[in-house]
Amino acid sequence: MFSTKLINIIKISLLTSALAISSSVLADVTKVAFIYVGPTGDHGWNYQHDEGRKQLEAHFGDDVETTYIESVPEGPDAERVITQLANKGNDIIFTTSFGYMNPTLKVAKLFPDVKFEHATGYLRSDNVSTYSARFYEGRHVIGKIAGKMTKSNVIGYIASFPIPEVIRGINASYLAAKSVNPDIEMKIIWVYTWYDPGKESDAANALIDQGADIIMQHTDSAAAMVVAEEQGIYAFGQASDMGAFGPNAQLTAIIDDWGPYYIQRVQDLRDGTWESMDTFDGVKEGMVEFAPLSDKLPADVKAMAQQAIDDLRAGTIHPFTGPINKQDGSPWLADGETPPMFPDVITMDFYVEGIDSKYPN
Amino acid sequence: MDELAIQIILGISVASVPLIFAAIGELVVERSGVLNLGVEGMMIMGAIIGLVVQYHTGSGLLSVIAAMAAGMLMASIFAFLTQLFLTNHVATGLALTLFGLGVAAFIGKNYSDITVTRISALHIPWFSDLPVIGSLVFGYDPLFYLAILMVFLVWWFLFKTKRGLILRAIGDNHDAAHAIGHQVIRYRVLAILFGGGMAGIGGAYLSLVQVPMWVEGMSAGRGWIAIALVVFASWQPFKVIVGALIFGGISILQLHAQAFGVYIPAQYLSMLPYLMTIIVLVSLRIGSKSNTNRTMPNCLGKVFHSTS
Amino acid sequence: MINIEQRTDSSAKMVILAPILALTLTAISTMIIFLWASLDVMNAFYVFYIEPLTGKYNLSELLVKAAPLMMIALGLSIGFRAGVWNIGAEGQYIIGAISGGAVGLYYYNVEATWLIPLMAFAAVLGGMGYAGIAAFLRTRFQVNEILVTLMLTYVAILFLSAMVFGPLRNPDGFNFPESRIFHDSATLPIIWQGTRAHIGFIIALLFAGVTWFITKKHMFGMQIKISGSAPRAARFAGFNENKTIWYTLLISGGLAGLAGLFEAAGPVGQLVPHLPVGYGFTAIIVAFLARLHPIGIVFTSLLIALTYMGGENAQITLQLPSSITSVFQGMLLFYFLACNVLIEHKVAFSFNWSK
Repeated sequence: MFSTKLINIIKISLLTSALAISSSVLADVTKVAFIYVGPTGDHGWNYQHDEGRKQLEAHFGDDVETTYIESVPEGPDAERVITQLANKGNDIIFTTSFGYMNPTLKVAKLFPDVKFEHATGYLRSDNVSTYSARFYEGRHVIGKIAGKMTKSNVIGYIASFPIPEVIRGINASYLAAKSVNPDIEMKIIWVYTWYDPGKESDAANALIDQGADIIMQHTDSAAAMVVAEEQGIYAFGQASDMGAFGPNAQLTAIIDDWGPYYIQRVQDLRDGTWESMDTFDGVKEGMVEFAPLSDKLPADVKAMAQQAIDDLRAGTIHPFTGPINKQDGSPWLADGETPPMFPDVITMDFYVEGIDSKYPN
Repeated sequence: MDELAIQIILGISVASVPLIFAAIGELVVERSGVLNLGVEGMMIMGAIIGLVVQYHTGSGLLSVIAAMAAGMLMASIFAFLTQLFLTNHVATGLALTLFGLGVAAFIGKNYSDITVTRISALHIPWFSDLPVIGSLVFGYDPLFYLAILMVFLVWWFLFKTKRGLILRAIGDNHDAAHAIGHQVIRYRVLAILFGGGMAGIGGAYLSLVQVPMWVEGMSAGRGWIAIALVVFASWQPFKVIVGALIFGGISILQLHAQAFGVYIPAQYLSMLPYLMTIIVLVSLRIGSKSNTNRTMPNCLGKVFHSTS
Repeated sequence: MINIEQRTDSSAKMVILAPILALTLTAISTMIIFLWASLDVMNAFYVFYIEPLTGKYNLSELLVKAAPLMMIALGLSIGFRAGVWNIGAEGQYIIGAISGGAVGLYYYNVEATWLIPLMAFAAVLGGMGYAGIAAFLRTRFQVNEILVTLMLTYVAILFLSAMVFGPLRNPDGFNFPESRIFHDSATLPIIWQGTRAHIGFIIALLFAGVTWFITKKHMFGMQIKISGSAPRAARFAGFNENKTIWYTLLISGGLAGLAGLFEAAGPVGQLVPHLPVGYGFTAIIVAFLARLHPIGIVFTSLLIALTYMGGENAQITLQLPSSITSVFQGMLLFYFLACNVLIEHKVAFSFNWSK
C-alpha cells in the first residue's frame, strides 16, 4: 500500500521533471501577448499596435509566438484577461491602453516571472515597464505644414479627452503653425470619445463650416480623413497612414511605429537583459514616424517639413522651445529654454498663449 | 442667409435622418402595443449589410434595399419569438441588440479598411442652384426625402386609414380588439417587420451617407436614442421630426459652439435631451389626460395571448 | 404551424426540460459555427464552455462576474413579478458606485471597519434615490417607468464621466480620468485567498435566500404577484398599488446600487469611466432566463458569466474575434426565451394565421 503510493509519487515527480526539461528545451520560443482596448480594425491606435505585433512575428519567425485579445474594456474584465494571458504561459505581456495601468500592476505582483509592458502609464514596478512616444514631435511637423498650407488661416483640431498627451499635441502643433504663420487661428472641438466615426465626421464638418481648411485629429478612426477628402481640403493621418482614405487630402500622417520597440524588448528578454524602465521615444528613436510627404506640398514646404523631420531625427530641436507663455500670459519657458520632462511635459494641463478656446475643466 | 447657418442646418439634418428612420419605425411598432428594444441591433445590421452590398455592387438603391431586408430579417426573429412564442418583449429586444452587434462585427471583420461611394446629395437642375433654398430644400440626399416621406405616410396610415385605426386599437387594448375579430398577431408581426426595415435603412444612412465606411459599433447608441425619441414625440409621427432635430441639433450645435471657442461642459450638455424626454413624458401626462391619441399605447410591451 | 395553448399550471417537467433543451440547441448551433469556421470542434467547445469551470482561478472569476449580475437580477425580478419594469438598473448601478465610492474617497486613508458598511449604505441610498425618481413620476404622474429608468441610465453614464474628469479625479493622477485607488479599508474583503472573489458573492447568495423567502412565504410576495398578474384583483384585495411600485423600485434600485459599489470597491478598486459594462441590462436577461425565480437567478447568472469568460478564452486560445461572444450569447438567450414558453404553454403544431 505504502510502497505503491511511493512509486506513484516517484513516477509523478519523474514525469514532471521530464516535462520541465522538455519545456526548457522549448524555451527558445518566447510567448508574447497583447491586449487592445478596441478592435484591431480601427485604423488608428489599436491597428498600429497590432502592426507592431506583426513586425515582431516577422522579425523573430518561429522564435516567438504571439497572442492578442481585442476590445477589452478598461473596466473589471481587464484584470482577468491579463491574468489569463499570464496563466497561459506568456513571457511578456503588452497592455496597450492607459486604463490597463492598475490591472497590469495588480497582475504583475502575482506573476513576478512574467514581464509586463504598459503603454502610456506612469506607474512601474520590478516587472512592469512603461512606454509611450513623444507624439508631440510629430505634431510639430504637421503644425508647420499646416501653417504653410492653410489659406483661410484656420486650423481645425478634433480632440478626444483633455489628458496630457492630447494637450501636448494641441500646444505643439499650435506653436509650430504659429512659428511659420503668425496669423494662424486654431479651432478645437472636444468630442469626448476616442472612437465614434459619426461624431468625428460631424466635428470635421463643423470645423470646415467654420472656415478650417486643414483638419488635425487626435481620435482614432479615419472618418475625418474621409470628410476632408470629399470636401477637397487637407488633413493629417493619425497613428497610422490613412492615405487610403484620403489620397488627395492626406499631407502626411504621424505613424506610431511600435514594431522596433517590441522587437527590442523581446530581444532583451531573450538575452536576459530585460529591465523595468520608462521609455518615451520620439522621432529620433523611430517610434514616431511619418507617412510619405504628399506631392500636393510645394517644394519649399516639403523641404521645410523634411528639414523639421531631419532636425528631430538628429535631436537638435525641441517642439517646446522658449520663449513660451501660458494661455493666461504667465511665463512658462524663457528664451531658448526647453521644459523638463517631469512635471511640465508629462503632466501638461494648460494651453499656451494664443490659443483662443477655454481650457476644458 | 449666412453660409455658415445653412451649413449648420444641413449638418443637423444629416445627423437627424438615421434617428427619424429608426424612430418612425419603432413608433409604428409601439403603436401596435409592442416594445422592441432591439433597434440598435437592427440598425447596425442595416449599416453593415448596406455597406457590403454597396461595396460589391456600387448600387445605392440595392444597398438600401438590402439594408432594409437585413433589418427586417432581424425583426422577424423578434416577431417570431414575441408573437408566436410569447416571450417577454424587453428581454427579447435586449437579446436582439446583443445578437445584432455581434453578427455585424463578425461580418464587418473583412470590411474594416475600405471606403465606399457615398450616396450623395441630389442635384435637381435649376432648383438645387437657387440661393439658400437650393441647399436647404433641394440639396439633400434621396434618403433624406424618403425619411420625411415615411413620416407623412405613417401619419396618414395611423390616423387616416381604417387599418391604422385598427392598429392603434390593438395597441390600446388587444383583448378588446381581438374580441371584435381583429387579427392582433398579424398586425403586430407586420408592424415589427416595418420597424425592422426602417431601422435597417437608418443604419444604412450611417454607413452610406454620414461616414461611408464600416467601423465596429458605429451605431454608437443611436438605436437607443431612437427609442427615447418615440417617447419624446409622444407617439406622434410629426413630433419625431421635431425631436430628431432637437437631438441632432444639440449634438451638432455643441460642436459648433466649441469651434467658436465657447466653453461647453460636454457631459452635462449631453444629458439635456434625455432629461427633456422625461420632462416631456411628465407634461404629457399633466397636459392631456382626456385625449387618448396623445398618450402611450396602453398595451405597450404586454404579451398578447388569445384565450379562444 | 404552431399553436400555443396556456397550461392551467406550469409544467414541473418542463421547468427542468426547457433549459436543457435550450442548452442543447445552443451547443449544437455553436458547434455548427465552429465547424464552419473550420476549428477543431471538441477543442473549441472545451475552451468555450468547459475551461472556465476548471481550476481555482477560473472558478473564482466566475463568482466575480456572476455576483453583480445575480444581485441586480434578484432586485429586478421582484419588480418584474409585480409588473414594475425597471430597465435602468445600469443607471442605478452607476449612481450607487459613485455615491458609495465618493464616501470611500472622502475618508481616504482612514483605516476603519465602519467604512465599508458606510459606503455600502451610501450606495444603497444612491441606487434607491435614483430609482425613486421613476417611482415618484410613476405614482404621481403615471409616467411609464420603463422609459424614465432608461433615460436616467444615459444621464448616469454621463454623470460618471463628469465626476471622474472633475471632482473625483485622482489629484496625483496626471489628469487622467480616474479616481484614486481605494485604500484597504475601503476595499471589499476577499472570500477566497489569492483571488478576486469578494464578499459580494456571499451577500448576493444571501439576497437570493431572502428573495426566495419573500416571494414564496411572505405576504409581500403574494401582494406583488397579484399586482403583477391581476392588478384589478389586487385593488379589490386592498393592496396599495403605489406602495408596490415604490417598494419594488426602491428594492431593485438599492440592490443595483450596492452591486455597483461592490464592483468599484471590489475587482476594480477605483472609479473609472468604463466601470459600467452593461451588467444592468444583462441582469434583465438573467432574470428572464430564470423565469424570475430567485434560485434560478443564481444559476443563470453563473451561466451568463460562463459565456463571457468562454468568449475571452476563445479569443486568447483560438483567436476568435470578440464579436463571437455576443453572437453566442444572443443565440443562447433566444433559445432560452423560446423554450421557456413550453413551461407555461402546450405547443401543438397547427397554424392559425388569423389570430
